[in-house]
Amino acid sequence: MKKLNRGVAVVGTGMSQFGAFPEKTTRDLFVEAFQDMRASVGRGLDPTDIEAIYIGNYSSDLFEGQGHTAPIMADWVGLAPRPATRVEDACASGGVALRQGVLAIASGLYDVVLVGGIEKMSNLPIAGVTDALATAGDVSFEIPAGFTFPGFYAAIATAYMHRYGASADALLRVGIKNHENGKLNPKAQFQARIADLMAGRIARAQQKGLPVPSWQTEMDFLHDDGANPYIAWPLRLFDCSPVTDGAAAVLLVSEEIARRFSDDPLYIIGTGQASDTSALHDRPELTALRAAQLAGQQAYAMAGVTPDDVKIAEVHDCFTIAEIVATEDLGFFAPGTGHEAAEEGLTSRQGPKPINTSGGLKSKGHPVGASGAAQVVEVWKQMHGAAGERQVERDVDLAMTHNVGGTGQTCVVHIYERR
Amino acid sequence: MTEKTLDRPFTVASFQTYMNEGRLMGSRNRATGEVFVPPRPIDPATYGEDMEWVELSGRGTLAAFTAVYIGTSAMIAAGYDRTNPYLAGVVALEEGPRVSAQIMGLDSKQPDIDWIGRPVRATFVERGEGEKRRAFLVFEPV
Repeated sequence: MKKLNRGVAVVGTGMSQFGAFPEKTTRDLFVEAFQDMRASVGRGLDPTDIEAIYIGNYSSDLFEGQGHTAPIMADWVGLAPRPATRVEDACASGGVALRQGVLAIASGLYDVVLVGGIEKMSNLPIAGVTDALATAGDVSFEIPAGFTFPGFYAAIATAYMHRYGASADALLRVGIKNHENGKLNPKAQFQARIADLMAGRIARAQQKGLPVPSWQTEMDFLHDDGANPYIAWPLRLFDCSPVTDGAAAVLLVSEEIARRFSDDPLYIIGTGQASDTSALHDRPELTALRAAQLAGQQAYAMAGVTPDDVKIAEVHDCFTIAEIVATEDLGFFAPGTGHEAAEEGLTSRQGPKPINTSGGLKSKGHPVGASGAAQVVEVWKQMHGAAGERQVERDVDLAMTHNVGGTGQTCVVHIYERR
Repeated sequence: MTEKTLDRPFTVASFQTYMNEGRLMGSRNRATGEVFVPPRPIDPATYGEDMEWVELSGRGTLAAFTAVYIGTSAMIAAGYDRTNPYLAGVVALEEGPRVSAQIMGLDSKQPDIDWIGRPVRATFVERGEGEKRRAFLVFEPV
């Protein structure tokens, strides 16, 4: 099995507030993330120690009309003239930027690397966002069919539901769970449970003297076509991650010098990445992401651990079905049983395999190029017992991040260990 | 097959030109018989490059689908919206390859998971104005 030439450690992580911020550009968000990261470096960071910067960014070109973003981010945190490289693999850009940082340190070229992820999506109207995201699919052979990103994952959902008998309610359970977690994440875009959102709607109707909805449970609310409309059947609004502005930053250093920065570094003991056919239709299986399976297998083999060893995982829940498929692709649950695990609560904070304790992309928000880097922030907090109210009870000495680009044309997985 | 049009390169543009002529065409690896739709110039399994054009029957079955309420700009321009969703699907052709296409002739407001496996056949619709007018692949239930 391939190993890294030398060990790589995470010694600091940070993120901006996630949400919709008309008054902020990507550079403002990245500065926020950088400052948050710097504050997390236990023994302090002298920025002049940073030797290179890798920025995950899907499409500031389309979202903001700004290309060539890596040197801008470097400049705005005082890192010019260090080499600054933008990494684009759609929604996996942040995770792949992380991997590039890992490889750069493992190569021996650098000892201290800053990894970032950025995306500012809320400038465009929803049709513009839909079109911009669709370019992560195959614009020659898929988008002319009318596929959108919710549409692709909806098609995966129909194939999955047909093959395994899963219900649409199993998907909604993922959203309920991720909002339960996001409520407790002060950086999340939606710090509210579905039940809170429902109660808010009822209260507003009462206040305005409008007819009061008859919802008794979260499922009543989620089954209401008015409150939770279809985006791409069978996926509804609350099956989809939101349009988000945000940034994240991760400080990587070589293992030998990690304790100069932190008393409690996290070691990246496994990394894996794979690609797949440009079109979803060309895959032999529509109910799994082959690249995620391969990336996971590579990371497990490098780390010498198994799925059972992973205490928590941040997985790429761009849509609720994606989380269910991810938990199967990574070997946490057998193929076709991820939907049952979701319904039984096995992936809740109190369950045996907590997934997306941050609130996931669904509730924390999904600034697409930033998400892969932002996942590391949650892993850092949970592994250091610093996740506040959403801290899981068990000791998290091993954790995983799983980041997907497009419909699985790119997948990247990392495994972290606290020693 | 000796007709002149079969000299076309195995490109996106050639595939589109055939569709504009009402034909669903793919490439076939002469060595293995493997068929690719849309056409590929290189067989990713064998790296073989000895390809020939082959016309598909257009018959297949629905493998996955969705009813899209928030559509692409192009589909919104074609008249679809939240109150008039369209169906997009993955169709498994009887020759083996799968393709993405709009699905017409089924009620997009009453989707049924059991449509998966349903036999469908290819047809084409033309959209766009002037030089941008082109054929789009769609499938209808048999």
